[in-house]
Amino acid sequence: MAAAAAARVSVGHLTLRISRVAPDCSICPFNRLNVCRNAITGGTKGRALDRFRTPNRNLQTSISHYHLADHSNAEDPDDVVNVVYVDRSGHRIPVRAKVGDNILYLAHKHGIELEGACEASLACSTCHVYVQGDYCDKLPDPDEREDDMLDMASSLQENSRLGCQIILTKELEGIELTLPKTTRNFYVDGHVPKPH
Amino acid sequence: MNRTVQKSLFFIVKSVRTSPSNFAAWRGLSTTPDPHTKVCIVGGGPAGFYTAQHIIKGRPDVQVDVYERLPVPFGLVRFGVAPDHPEVKNVINTFTQTAQHERCRFLGNVNVGKDVSVDELRQVYHAVVLSYGAEGNRSLGVPGEHLSGVYSAKDFVGWYNGLPYNRELQPDLSHDTAVILGQGNVAVDVARILLAPLDMLKKTDITQAALDALANSQVRRVLIVGRRGPMQVACTIKELREMVNLPGTQPDMLTDDFHGVNEALKDLPRPRKRLTELMLKALKEQAVKGAHRKWGFRFLRSPLDVLPSADGTRAAAIRLALNKLEGSGDEARAVPTGEVEEVPCGVIISSIGYKSLPIDSAVPFDPRKAIIPNTMGRVQETTGLYCSGWVKRGPTGVIATTMNDSFDTGRVLLQDLDSGAIDLSEARLGAQGIAPLLEKRGVRPVSFSDWEKISGEEVRRGEAQGKPREKMLDVQEMLSVAWS
Repeated sequence: MAAAAAARVSVGHLTLRISRVAPDCSICPFNRLNVCRNAITGGTKGRALDRFRTPNRNLQTSISHYHLADHSNAEDPDDVVNVVYVDRSGHRIPVRAKVGDNILYLAHKHGIELEGACEASLACSTCHVYVQGDYCDKLPDPDEREDDMLDMASSLQENSRLGCQIILTKELEGIELTLPKTTRNFYVDGHVPKPH
Repeated sequence: MNRTVQKSLFFIVKSVRTSPSNFAAWRGLSTTPDPHTKVCIVGGGPAGFYTAQHIIKGRPDVQVDVYERLPVPFGLVRFGVAPDHPEVKNVINTFTQTAQHERCRFLGNVNVGKDVSVDELRQVYHAVVLSYGAEGNRSLGVPGEHLSGVYSAKDFVGWYNGLPYNRELQPDLSHDTAVILGQGNVAVDVARILLAPLDMLKKTDITQAALDALANSQVRRVLIVGRRGPMQVACTIKELREMVNLPGTQPDMLTDDFHGVNEALKDLPRPRKRLTELMLKALKEQAVKGAHRKWGFRFLRSPLDVLPSADGTRAAAIRLALNKLEGSGDEARAVPTGEVEEVPCGVIISSIGYKSLPIDSAVPFDPRKAIIPNTMGRVQETTGLYCSGWVKRGPTGVIATTMNDSFDTGRVLLQDLDSGAIDLSEARLGAQGIAPLLEKRGVRPVSFSDWEKISGEEVRRGEAQGKPREKMLDVQEMLSVAWS
């Protein structure tokens, strides 16, 4: 059910009980009509609700501040970083992001199919992306643990990185991230071989 | 709360009281929207949930029901991933979101193949996906492998991870040497759990019984034996690095096993190269450490037989044939040299691979490869029947591999829905068609919210011990908590 975080505020003789309640999506018409982006399952797309979840004390994330990066809607032009995702079918998806945004969670926010199974704890390679050209050098070198997980990724390339480890800076303006084609079953042009 | 919600709750509560088939698992059959297309997934592990996720996301008019034999979901993520790898288990959050989706229903405690047949499922669902994994293991095929003290890694891991089936294992840890056959990640996990400091383990969700057994364990040396060489080892670098860095332990490997490896390094692809470099580094540095607990790979050795104790009841040693390699890289073959060595030990853990079993005589099965014969996830010689995960590909790979594989099957299934390869002209009953069968057979499913009660209780019990959860080991206990 809805999780509630409550606080008491005392002002003089009055005590206000402030409850913060997680939205109950099951009764919302947007959810039922499947037009709520948060309701569409796809890894961790329900991130907007994460503030309401009791943090799992055993959740070891290497980047724990991702959710703080998304608290304001006001756009400070100094903060804006334009990013392009190229999805697995080759479609280019431009995204207007902010300094400090995490590439994995930014993708989730915009409905881009980048999984993050281990939730940014360097324990999987499902957020594997290719970083376009020169931008590779602009990123800090991968941690040894990131390299270890990249070794597990299929179709590893020189410009492979884990999306959950890329934090946007102004210097990364215009960065392009390509999602690797993960399947070995389909030909590049979409042709599906008939069984024989 | 508002009137509409109040009214719906009243209706649900009313139906629960009046009709037995309105158990929590069936709740909502008559109150929520009923998507036309009904898909059934057999197996509630990573393959099942990732396939479900892909299908639900792919079309708005599909209902996906996930059937699972145990009352608890998540398969090897719960029972296979090592207790000291909690980050790997984060994927459970993703699966939970899927299970809680309006168009997904979890039905635990239903044994497909026994409580309901695959044919019966195919009659009430438009499509069925088999994602039931690999519950058997490859046998060594050597004399003495059935002696007490010889275990499959699958059972040993199941034991420390609380798989109900393995709770009586009681492995004998009274000898100072343990031999693990196989050099994949499962073998390395077992080695690490055998030697890890108790302080580390007692904060994890390892079972209390395993913790107690390990606290009394006399095992001080673990040999991880493989028939080929260092450059064919199947484990990955993350796991190897953990062993190298394991407090209170040191590597104990043989220089002879690494003959020719240094020279071959430069031509290796990156993942293999980094892994081999780490092994060489461990070999070089082992002399300086002075730890009491030792672990080491033993390469170029194949098991010949397990030698019994004097009274013939337990394993007391293992006889290994020494090999040489012919060829190189992945194609290298182990060829016996004729030399043999004996290693006294008290426990032998065979980690040479899991194995899928046939679920139902009506489903094609390839006994040689131990998988369901399929083309890109479509089960051969059938329509509307699919497979994903280990039962489709064989029991190798990490969660990410299974994820990609499940998405592949999901993609193919969605294509078939779009193209008309699956006949959607008739409505199907889905879960409503299975409910009366199960009721007649005295089988009551566990819903996802029932599982959450089990989980809540496990977390509560764990809190007292400073652990994330204390897993229930008994299915009856799980059921009584689920339906309390």
